[in-house]
This record gives sequence, C-alpha cells and structure tokens, in this order.
Amino acid sequence: MSRAALLLLADGRFPAGGHAHSGGVEAAVARRAVHDTASLEAFCRGRLHTTGLTTAGLSAAAAAGHDALLLDDAADARTPAPALRAVSRRLGRQMTRAARATFPSAALERLAAHRPQGAHQPVVLGLTARAAGLTPVDAAHAAAYESAGGPATAAVRLLSLDPLDASRVLARLGVETDRVATAAADAAARVAAEGVDALPSASSPLLDITGEQHAAWTVRLFAS
Amino acid sequence: MHLDHSLPHQHFPSASATRPDGHRRALRVGLGGPVGSGKTASVAALCRTLRDRYALAVVTNDIYTREDAEYLLREAVLPPERIAAVETGACPHTAIRDDISANLEAVEHLEETLHPLDLVLIESGGDNLTATFSKGLVDVQIFVIDVSSGDDIPRKGGPGITTADLLVVNKTDLAPHVGADLAAMAADARRQRGDLPVIFTSLTSDDGIREVADWVTGHLTEWRAEAAV
Amino acid sequence: MTPVAQRAERPADPPGAPPADAPPADVQEPPAHPDAVRATAHIRAAHNGRVTTLPRLRGDGPFHLRRVRTRGNSATVGIIGAMSAPLGGDRLALDIIAEEGAELEVTTAAATLALRGPTTAAATYDVRLTAGEHAHLRWLPQPLISAAGSNLRQTCTVELAATARLVLREEQLLGRAGEEPGHLVSRILVRRAGRTLLDQQAAYGHPEPGWDGPAVLDGHRAVGQLLLVGPELAVHRDPVLLGEGSRDGCAVLAPLAGGPALLATAVAPTSSTLRTLLDTAHAHALPR
Repeated sequence: MSRAALLLLADGRFPAGGHAHSGGVEAAVARRAVHDTASLEAFCRGRLHTTGLTTAGLSAAAAAGHDALLLDDAADARTPAPALRAVSRRLGRQMTRAARATFPSAALERLAAHRPQGAHQPVVLGLTARAAGLTPVDAAHAAAYESAGGPATAAVRLLSLDPLDASRVLARLGVETDRVATAAADAAARVAAEGVDALPSASSPLLDITGEQHAAWTVRLFAS
Repeated sequence: MHLDHSLPHQHFPSASATRPDGHRRALRVGLGGPVGSGKTASVAALCRTLRDRYALAVVTNDIYTREDAEYLLREAVLPPERIAAVETGACPHTAIRDDISANLEAVEHLEETLHPLDLVLIESGGDNLTATFSKGLVDVQIFVIDVSSGDDIPRKGGPGITTADLLVVNKTDLAPHVGADLAAMAADARRQRGDLPVIFTSLTSDDGIREVADWVTGHLTEWRAEAAV
Repeated sequence: MTPVAQRAERPADPPGAPPADAPPADVQEPPAHPDAVRATAHIRAAHNGRVTTLPRLRGDGPFHLRRVRTRGNSATVGIIGAMSAPLGGDRLALDIIAEEGAELEVTTAAATLALRGPTTAAATYDVRLTAGEHAHLRWLPQPLISAAGSNLRQTCTVELAATARLVLREEQLLGRAGEEPGHLVSRILVRRAGRTLLDQQAAYGHPEPGWDGPAVLDGHRAVGQLLLVGPELAVHRDPVLLGEGSRDGCAVLAPLAGGPALLATAVAPTSSTLRTLLDTAHAHALPR
C-alpha cells in the first residue's frame, strides 16, 4: 500500500467537490450557534461523533470489500433527511470522477453502473481507498477527518475565523478522530458475521433538521 | 493489499471531446472576469443572439446561489431547464479551476437531458483578475472586463487578461464618462496578449454582442469540423 | 401517578430460568446486581375476521397491561408502570405484535423515568414491534425521561410486512427540570418487507462527546421522532419544515428512502413544544 494515497484522498485539494459543502456549519452560523473557535470546535466534535462515525463505518466496510450496493442501502437507512441523501449521492458522483482518474477499479464501475444518480459518498470513498491499496481503518480515517475538516474550512470562510484557530480545532480533535476511525473499522470488521446492522448509525437530529432547512434557502454560499 | 488491476490504464479525462455514446459533445465556452464587468449581461446577449441557430445551455457559478441563474430566468433568455446553477462554497475560482467536478456534473447533466446540445456557456462567479477556467472544464474561455473599473486593468495583466482566448472590454459607451482611454487599453492588451483577440463591446447598443457571438460561432464551426475529421 | 411497587415485590424471575419466550439476549445477560429487574411483557393482537382480539396480554415486572378499550376494529392496550424502572442494571423488554389484519394501539400511562440504580451499570429497555400483512400498529408511549445519573440503552426494533401500517412516536426528555440528563443511548431499527428502512442511533448525556453542542442538540432538552409507514404514503412528498428558528424548537417531516414512510424529527426546549411539533408534523403527514 501507499500511505501517500491516504494523504491524497484526505487532502482538501483532492478535486471531489467537498469545497462547496459546509457540513451543516453554514446553517449553524446563520442561527449564531457557531460564532467563534470554541463553538466551531463543539460543532466539529458533534459532527465527528455522529455523521463522522457513521460515514467512517460505511467507508471502512466498503474498503473491506463488503457488498457496495448493500452498503449504499445502509447509507440510505442512516440518512433520513432527503437533502442530505441527495448531497451524499452528488458528492459520490463527484468522487467517482476523481477516483476514475486516480484509483480506477472494476468494483467502483459496477457500483456506478447500478447507481447512475450517484452512490453515497462514503461508499465511493471506501471503494477508492480499497483500489488504492488502503485498509478499512485508512478509509475510516479519511471519512472521519473530512467530517470535521469540512465544517472547519467552511467556518473560516463564513466567519472570517483565523485559519490558525481552525487548524488548532482539527489538531485538538486528532485523538478523537483516531478513536472514531478505529471504532468504525472495528464495526466494519463485524459486518461479515453480523451484517450491515453492525455498522454505526450515529445520528444528529439538528444536522438532519437544519440540513433540510438549508436546502430550502434561496441565498446561501455552500451547497450544504 | 488488494489492488484492482482490471482497469489499470483506463483514462477518463474530464473534458474528453466525445460523449460516452461516441458523439462529439457540445462546445464548452467559459466566461470569466471581475464582478460587475457584465458577464451575465454578455451571457444573456449571447443566448438571445445564438439561441435560434444553436441548441444552447448555460451553467452559472454564483457567489450567492442562483442569483445569476435567476437573472437569466427573469430575462427569459433560455427556458429554465437549460440553465443550471452551481454552488461554489464562497470560492468561485475553485469551482472553475481547482475542483471542477460540480461544474462538470452540471454540464454533463445538461448534455444528457438536452441532447443534442451545440454549445454550453459556463459563467464564472465574479472573482478577481487571476481566475481562469481549467482546460478540463472549457474548450475556450472569454475574459470580460469593463472600462469603468479603470483603464489600467489590461496593463496590470494577470492570467485572465493575458491567456484568455478572447478578451472582451465591455461598457465602451461609458468611456467618455469615466475618462477611460480606449486606445491605451487596446495597446496595453495587445502588449499583454500578443496575437490573442480583443473585442470592445457596448451591450447597450443594438446587437452590441455581435462580434463576440461571431467569435463563438467561429469556434463552434471549428469544433464541428474537427468532429467530422 | 401510577403506583410504584417496591422492587422486592416484583415478580422476580429466578436467575437462570427466564420465561421460555424470552429472547436469547436475556438468557446470556443476567441482571447486573441481585436487585435488578428482568422482565419482558407481551402483547399480541390478532384479527378474528371481524374484530381485533388480544390472544396474548402478559405483563411482567414493571409492566402492567390494561386493555383500554376496543373501538371498531381496533384494540388499545395501556401500559401502566408498576414500579420505578428502568434503574441501572435492569433488563426490560416489550414484545408487541399485531398479526395479519389486526389494528393495535399501545400507549403508556405515564412517562418512563430512567433513574440511577444501585449500580451505575446500564439498564436496557428493548421494544420489539412486529406488524403483519395489512396490520396497523400504533406505538405511542409517553416520553422517556433520562434523569441525572441514569444510564440506559434503549432499542426499538420494528419488523413490518409490506402492507403493514405503523405509527411510532418516541420522545426523549434529557433530565428532569433543572438537572443534567443521565446517559442515554437509543437506537431505532426499522425493517419493512425485509429491507432496512431506518437505522438511527442517538446518544445523549455525559460522557458522549459533543452531544449538547451546535451540531447535535444545541441546548435543546427534548428530542423526538414520529415515524409513519404505510402503502398509502407511497407518493412523492416534499419535506415540511416546522419552526425555522431553532431556539424554540424545530422539526422536519420528510420521506425515507427505502419505502413508503415519512419521518418527523424534532428538537425543542420543552416536552410540550416537542409534542406540538410532532402533532403538527402528524397533521401534515395525513393524506390529503
């Protein structure tokens, strides 16, 4: 395996569409729930342990080679907000495009053929990691890191936060990010015996509600 | 570790000239330039001029979602299904240059739903003088500036001014009012751009977009000729 | 108030000899301490061709069951809490079945209060809902209150036949007035015609990281869901947004991906606001 492949997949510059999404922080900023470094950290921590854990589990299971279509259905069942399902599938399409250029695989092509409107992004991420020779816990790391990194980057733009403060938030979440990735990979390792029910389904009511609210805004900076 | 070797050398260039079905896809023209220089007005004028002859669609990249798309809808230059808005996360230049995936999604969606399409105009969000389109997204690009923002803009250069396939200097009708020296602008542009074309426009005049439309049509003809080879 | 029995008076199951129909999990996990309760109550409704009957109605431990009334084709059962439960270490389960064609509504008479027990060990509270073809099951309990110091793992597992209809409401109140909540982990898993429709886990209270922050509850102390499943919901629905400003609570009602189902998710500062949001969502969900 190439460890550099993990850095490439987790890099915010990897052209897979993430830059236009705030991970819910634009809605939180609008209602002033996120307004400074401390509230950004609380937001990122909450998202890491809910959406982050769930997407990391899906990515790890896909990287382990479990049935991608079943995992795509599992992602649907874990994403009750239609707006967030649409975002996840759109980002899945965009990541598929980037994966074809970097780590193409027959498994990804099969999934794309079955899901022409886009497969869920964490599943695509997991298949891409697998094609790159990465492990399930690597894939979980990339998903978990992005779950906090996306909002942190968006908050810099939305609040004109000091980028050093935003980076410090991510650094402080480093150990928790590792724990989430490990927990996700452990769960993925149980899928063979227990089925996809073994995967985390951690959720956040506010991310679901405000994700749907945000999608109805007519004026916004971020797509989600 | 598992590595899938079944597709080791398959290539999926973003801007492949053919569609999956083997047909040549639409010509993609980017329009960039600073805020307020008249990009959206130029797109609207191009649509009005070309829509009867060609199958057209437009992708906008707004800073705030959908404003430009809604302007085009209000002006009724194209039916709604021919206009797509891409959200750019406060970074319009990223969406046209560094991570073009959302724009490619939008363009391909239009090509799929409106097939056959001759021309897609992609308008960037108002940005600065450094914003240019990725070659993975557009075939040719137009950079639109205007005289009222200062007649020294061509002299200052920047990637948009120096490398765009066409430089449009808009709002020439305002030149006397803002003291802009059009001759100096033309000379500066020539110095920066060498043989690359520059067109001065005033969209307030009848058919002010004609020259630009002809330039686009010329590229479209070339694009089709290449397809026929 | 419902009567609160002494723990010593509970109809205790002798250790190692669970009821024959208890799930395997109960067998494998003995109560965490001698005073802990292990109880599984059963409700089974059937349709006899004319009306819904209740061939099985068996309370256990803290669950006293009462047939409230029968109206038309529908049977209603009230669950009356007979003691303070769940406490730390308790293993409680409800097994509710509406067989083919039956129409069953189950409610609770009072809020379920999770309290700290003699140990800090987690209590478990597992609700299993099953609805057969053309059955109609409504599970509308009063809220669950996660009191300070409590530690509860709650699950709600639903198995629906393709033509079954379900109305399910879950409300969680985090802490009694002026107190911090206990630790509550709650998972809902809904399968319809063998396919997973919804799988969601929520975790609130210390030591869950980030639970009260702006990404999860943002200070709200009442959170709930209303799930409606049924063939009549197999039409396109746009999401309904309720209470845009999240300070006073807000909710969304939207279709799920895997079948004809609408889910309302709500957060609110108080239980009454939460109920209003869920009731409003329910009204929006009714076929027009």
